[in-house]
Amino acid sequence: MSDESKNNQIERRSFLKCMAWAGTGVVWAMNGGVLSSFELIAGTKRKGGFSFVQISDSHIGFNKDPNHDVTKTLEEAINKINALDDQPAFLLHTGDITHLAQPEQFDTASQVLKTARSSQVYYVPGEHDVFSDDGSLYLERFGRGTQGKGWQSFDYEGVHFIGLINVLNLKQGSGTGLGGSGFGQLGQEQLAWLEKDVKGLTSSTPVVVFAHIPLWTIYPEWGWGTDDSAQALSYLKRFGSVSVLNGHIHQVMQKVEGNVRFHTAFSTAFPQPAPGTAPAPGPIKDVPADKLRSLLGLTAVSYVQNRSSLAVVDSTLG
Amino acid sequence: MLGRTKLALLIALAVGGLFLTEQPSQSSSVNAATNADEVIIQNFTFQPATLTVKAGTKVTWINRDDDPHTVTDTEKRFGSKALDTGDRFSTEFTKPGTYNYYCALHPKMTAQIIVK
Repeated sequence: MSDESKNNQIERRSFLKCMAWAGTGVVWAMNGGVLSSFELIAGTKRKGGFSFVQISDSHIGFNKDPNHDVTKTLEEAINKINALDDQPAFLLHTGDITHLAQPEQFDTASQVLKTARSSQVYYVPGEHDVFSDDGSLYLERFGRGTQGKGWQSFDYEGVHFIGLINVLNLKQGSGTGLGGSGFGQLGQEQLAWLEKDVKGLTSSTPVVVFAHIPLWTIYPEWGWGTDDSAQALSYLKRFGSVSVLNGHIHQVMQKVEGNVRFHTAFSTAFPQPAPGTAPAPGPIKDVPADKLRSLLGLTAVSYVQNRSSLAVVDSTLG
Repeated sequence: MLGRTKLALLIALAVGGLFLTEQPSQSSSVNAATNADEVIIQNFTFQPATLTVKAGTKVTWINRDDDPHTVTDTEKRFGSKALDTGDRFSTEFTKPGTYNYYCALHPKMTAQIIVK
């Protein structure tokens, strides 16, 4: 385990080096659980396979420092996706679509996402989308074809995708004599569904899990983790390639544990501080206007069939 | 801000404790509730974390963060909508007891009202 985290640190360092060098982004490819990086070459064509794009934390309705126009930055993200040579088969939105779950905020987000060339968008909610009504407005709009309270799975060209919800019925944290962790949670009903969902799959099926709050513990002091994620991951242990894509923390982080690769995406709205570097996890407010777009972005993932590997590319809006 | 306050306090101490007696009132006006029936939401915390009031008191919460927060009773006896910056929420406590509450958006944020 410590070897892996050491490896990860080394890779992160080279990641930063390559970012400075390539300017746009770095391709992360996973083969047999080992991360390697290489330059992202614009216009490179995949041979076979497909790609998809993850966007996250668009927070439509947020209008304070450092971003008074989050609709515009979401539009910029969609424009960037529309300009890709390798058009994604679909988009994933990993939650906090809106800032306050207001009907007009959901409307605005839907209108912007409709301008994407690939018309299929799969959603999971963030706590900002469901906190006021247990997700009923969210489900009304985005719940079609989902199970239970909105979780879902689908297959695309041999890859099994699972959208999990870990933002419902959030339990209070452990202050003032209370017992909870303040973490996200999946709940028994969803876990039972997940166990059944993956039962019939062969272990060689690549699995992609997407959910809002990270399914690994990043920083308990800020509630950046999911209470029962270990149980969910135990059902996925036998698979040779599992990629977990999350949002919530508005910054890119990754970790590899066995055959599971965890990854968090940029927000399209505002950056949040690195764990423990600020008193609270709220927006970083004092970002100069000309720097903002270097802290927002999206994640493109491509799957190359014959190599059975996923390449993950994070790129910023500017 | 806080660093500056601390620095000022250190200077005051070095000078000879001249302003020492004024310090508590200064700090309470900077970062804590001033009224006995108010809870300030700031830096992702409820201040004070425990507020003790008499039965029949109306308690008011004020959000001073740029992030929205809620006041949500763990047993759902009372609860606010999302409070944006500057928004207030009030509720009257008629029955004695301990009321634990949290923010539904940031469940790490917890506090309690004790009604006597």
